[in-house]
Amino acid sequence: MAADTHAHEHPGAISPAKRLKMNRVGLWLFLLSETFLFGGILVSRFYLWGATRPELNQNLGLAVTLILLISSYFMYRAETAIKHDDRGDFLRSISVTIILGILFVAGVVGLEWQEAPIKPFTGGEFGIYGDIFFFMTGMHAFHVVTGVILLMIVAYRGYKGHLSSENFWPAEAAAIYWHFVDVVWVFFFPALYLMGSVVGPGH
Amino acid sequence: MNRIVRILLGFIVGFVAGIAVLVAVRVLLGLTPMPATLAPVLFSGIGFAILGLLYGFEPSLGLTRGFIGMAIAMIVGVVAVTHFRRAMGLDPAYALEPAWTMAAVLGPIGFMLGVGAVTDWLKWIFGIHTPDQHGPPEGKPAWTRYFGFDQNHKVIGIQYTVTGIVLMGLAGIFALIFRSELAIPGIQFLALDMFNSLVGLHGIVMIAAILLGIGGFANYLVPLMIGASDMAFPRLNGFAFWIAVPSALLIVAALFFGGWDTGWTGYAPLSVRGAMGVNFFMIGVFFFGFSSILGSMNLITTTLYMRAPGMGLFRMPIYVWAVLATALIQLTGTQFIGLSFLMVVLERLFDLGFFNPAEGGNVILFQHLFWFYSHPAVYIFILPGLGIVSELLPVFARKPLFGYKWIALSSMAIALMGFLVWAHHMFAAGMEEALRVPFMYSTMLVAVPTGVKFFSWLGTMWRGKLSFPTPMLFVLASIAVFLIGGLTGPPLATVPTDLFLHDSYFVVGHFHATMFGGFVFPFFAALYFWYPKITGRMYNERLGQIHFALQTAGFYIMSLTMARTGLLGMRRRIADYDPDLGIQNLHIIMTVAGFVIFFGVLVGVYNLIVSARKGEVAAANPWGSRSPEWQIPSPAPEHNYEEPFEVVGEPYDYGLPGSVYVDMHPSGSKTAASPAH
Repeated sequence: MAADTHAHEHPGAISPAKRLKMNRVGLWLFLLSETFLFGGILVSRFYLWGATRPELNQNLGLAVTLILLISSYFMYRAETAIKHDDRGDFLRSISVTIILGILFVAGVVGLEWQEAPIKPFTGGEFGIYGDIFFFMTGMHAFHVVTGVILLMIVAYRGYKGHLSSENFWPAEAAAIYWHFVDVVWVFFFPALYLMGSVVGPGH
Repeated sequence: MNRIVRILLGFIVGFVAGIAVLVAVRVLLGLTPMPATLAPVLFSGIGFAILGLLYGFEPSLGLTRGFIGMAIAMIVGVVAVTHFRRAMGLDPAYALEPAWTMAAVLGPIGFMLGVGAVTDWLKWIFGIHTPDQHGPPEGKPAWTRYFGFDQNHKVIGIQYTVTGIVLMGLAGIFALIFRSELAIPGIQFLALDMFNSLVGLHGIVMIAAILLGIGGFANYLVPLMIGASDMAFPRLNGFAFWIAVPSALLIVAALFFGGWDTGWTGYAPLSVRGAMGVNFFMIGVFFFGFSSILGSMNLITTTLYMRAPGMGLFRMPIYVWAVLATALIQLTGTQFIGLSFLMVVLERLFDLGFFNPAEGGNVILFQHLFWFYSHPAVYIFILPGLGIVSELLPVFARKPLFGYKWIALSSMAIALMGFLVWAHHMFAAGMEEALRVPFMYSTMLVAVPTGVKFFSWLGTMWRGKLSFPTPMLFVLASIAVFLIGGLTGPPLATVPTDLFLHDSYFVVGHFHATMFGGFVFPFFAALYFWYPKITGRMYNERLGQIHFALQTAGFYIMSLTMARTGLLGMRRRIADYDPDLGIQNLHIIMTVAGFVIFFGVLVGVYNLIVSARKGEVAAANPWGSRSPEWQIPSPAPEHNYEEPFEVVGEPYDYGLPGSVYVDMHPSGSKTAASPAH
């Protein structure tokens, strides 16, 4: 962009290469911070559920997990495409990512939240199974939604032709964030669906 | 019109308008025009009165626009939730807690939009490039940049520091109110709920003030010390400061919504059952966390990537090491207080059971999550202060800093070990018993890196050529006071003695000594030391000494008396005590000492304000410091250094002949300025 060529207008101004390096470190530090958030949520799950879990729809869980994992592939593809100035592939791949992200949220919030035998707000001895389940999936879905919004912004910037092999940081940042949210689910899925023996209402 | 008249008029008109807005919104929502209690009327009236005051002061300030944005967002929150509930058929449509919780969540967002902290990012989405902002806003007087969104780290540092001092004063007033209530047994003038709320407010507003004070000096000094022109992410830096302002407003606003009974720790289940004020307090703290996390991310990146040529990690000023260690805790730990408070707010709003044993929840979980941040937070408060002590001692002892590497690494060690000691707050809480002894040992272990610092300070002073201007007085007081805090620690870390001392005034004496020794005294030392750098003028030495004498004497009397009343049976956070305990005189002494400290700080603030205009013009390097920020004009130019300097030696070799730390003109023209010695 034109403005970048004036970056050296004052003493101590930062070169674009260094700027990119610092952006990356800043983002990774933010993700380190987020890791503590999700780590704390996982700790709460193990503290309260221990070696038990509620009965959940295994097929649905597997399906949304696959959707999210596949979306990460398309995000990587989009990032690589823009770094090679392939705008067409970038737009196609990031669109697929966005659609898969929306499908994931629809699967978790739209289907699983309706279908799960545990409801929040019900109280009682097993109330905590619903509470933790909705808290974990809710916090994760919130991050997926923010990720989708970021991807839409980046896709819009790419559509307008603002991104290229020279200026790809927005796409790379959104991709790193997207992979991070994906990895969080890789830990959340077994914690919710696989680990421990099934207890709760109906057992 | 005269500015003072406009301010007064704005205040009065604002108050009336606030009540009018309240009535209008209530009528719009189909409610009775006036609420049943006075508190919402006062909240709306005072809120709009402050807005009017700011508007009268200067309508175009970012701060004023932020207030307007916050007011609009809060009204939108209340109206939207009420309409939503009506559409869903919930009864009653207007419910205090959901409506005002939404207002508290939207308020800071409205503030940030209004103040202009996110404008550049929103423009960026649409491909509009906004260049970095340099210098004061165009067409406005230079002072206005301090009241709006600015990207310069020195401006942001001053914004942080001044906001911190204002909040410190506010929190001090809260303390004096309930301290006066405690002066004699029985309930004099404070309702019990109000007493509890004031205790909580004193705690959390002080914490906010401390975090802002730390952020202030870190922002001002780190780029200057490492030779950077600014922080790594200047816009994010401005954002991180401004998000703290609406957060602090929400915390104080809790007073209008029934306050909160829990103290600043917000323990469940009391916080789950408490008044609506809990939500304001917790959401305020949650948003404040953004400030800590984003600010520390910025500081770490700046420190790692923007150091001057030749400045390896072990040639950084020791204060930068302290800030780096602090930032690592802030970046990661803060998530946990946010998480624990978020879970309480959700439990309140949606009737969940995280901390309710009847639903399979666990109360102790809250304390684990909460203290996993809130104990390391103590090291956030003290590490920068200890860094300032290490930074200033060699300057006033004219001797090298004793054991530089050990000091640097001890800050890191304290930061990491801080994460392994949290459960010592829970010895008496019914926690898993197996955890007690491990946490006792890990807590004791913190004394090792802290001891390293003490011995280094002694070694630095040993046979030095000490001089005693005001900053040095505060440095020495920091060491002495922090020692009290340190020595009262082991009895509390040891399980058997802690079971006796837990929740007594002994604890209050202990942590006040750590906070004063670790933050308050070093903070003022730093303020006096860098005052000539920041303002270009000298403070009044005599007033500085009076400030020092009042604060130090007052504090010694207060904290030692606190510890003693605790041993005699005084409980924390209780509005009354048994006259037969024989501690009434001690309470009167404590109260008087509290007022003496407050008065001392007032003298200090008066000194800082008046000297900024009338003080003598300061010499270029009044302390004979080797640090690079003293080799350039005061106040520092917009971009700090005209030419990047080069580090050619060790930072603290004071008094060693021929030693040089920085070469200010590495590209030649050596005669222009002789290197500092």
